[in-house]
Amino acid sequence: MSEMTNKAKNTVLNEMTLEFDAVSDNESFARVAVAAFVSSLNPTLEEIADIKTAVSEAVTNSIIHGYENIYGYGKYRNTRPDFQTFHPGKVQIHCMIQGDILHIEIADQGKGIEDVEKAMEPLFTTKPELERSGMGFAFMEAFMDELEVTSRPGEGTRVRMLKKLGTIPWIEDED
Amino acid sequence: MGKGKEASREPFAEKQNMEEFKVIDNCLMVRLPEEIDHHSAGFICEQADWYIVKQNVEHVVFDFENTRFMDSSGVGVIMGRYKKISCFGGKVFILHADKQVRRVLRLSGMDKIVEIVEDNQNE
Ligand SMILES: Nc1ncnc2c1ncn2[C@@H]1O[C@H](COP(=O)(O)OP(=O)(O)OP(=O)(O)O)[C@@H](O)[C@H]1O
Ligand SMILES: [Mg+2]
Repeated sequence: MSEMTNKAKNTVLNEMTLEFDAVSDNESFARVAVAAFVSSLNPTLEEIADIKTAVSEAVTNSIIHGYENIYGYGKYRNTRPDFQTFHPGKVQIHCMIQGDILHIEIADQGKGIEDVEKAMEPLFTTKPELERSGMGFAFMEAFMDELEVTSRPGEGTRVRMLKKLGTIPWIEDED
Repeated sequence: MGKGKEASREPFAEKQNMEEFKVIDNCLMVRLPEEIDHHSAGFICEQADWYIVKQNVEHVVFDFENTRFMDSSGVGVIMGRYKKISCFGGKVFILHADKQVRRVLRLSGMDKIVEIVEDNQNE
């Protein structure tokens, strides 16, 4: 690849941890928080869009699959039925900036995934009735440089992603 | 419960960037919100389906003019509506999709089943 600057590749420059309730109200907060954290690296708008999408996918998965919380605390424009109960649970985000590399780890202690390899196939979803398209992992893979998923049924799921900032051109078929 | 429910609408009226649904001839026009994620997708699906069933809508037009973010939840919204109308010959049109939205549409293969209307001022 292109020549890389060797300055402090392995020095941890910045780190942050977040924990929040596993409800849909927090999806927007989570991706915006990570995007703000990354701003010190002067990411391009495209890189921010990539990061926000990947974070949104992983956090949403923890909420709707890990803890099966379909509706948020707030009645978003009255869509939540009155009888909805919440499954208590938290989502953790850990971010680390190392040189020009962003590491993101998103974890839950929800129900976990039986077959991770199968779950990561594009279009595979266990919740088609909820209008899920099975594209979440495919987006994380496409928008980040590395993706690693570990999960244990009954214990939870951990998604590790990495993105190198400042080098990835915007892949777009411009006309 | 019907009337009381109307009164308990969210107190914070999100005036701008609010979803908007309008039927023109046999088309349902949906102006999408600023961010389409799991949190906002449920309402869009619910409303759009109501119009599709109750107002005999043939085509659906999604206008992304105000939309700055969309994840796979948005793909689910479009795919779900496409499935509902395509068996009756209906089409889904996409207007004003920016780069991020287009990329998500392309990666998910949605660009093959919906009509993305080009607007000359590229974003
Ligand atoms: N945190 C998690 N806990 C439990 N199961 C998960 C988790 N993340 C993903 N899964 C499983 O992996 C499947 C695939 O996830 P993916 O995000 O690719 O698709 P989806 O969430 O079903 O649909 P989409 O993301 O397109 O709305 C899910 O349907 C679910 O069964
Ligand atoms: Mg998903």
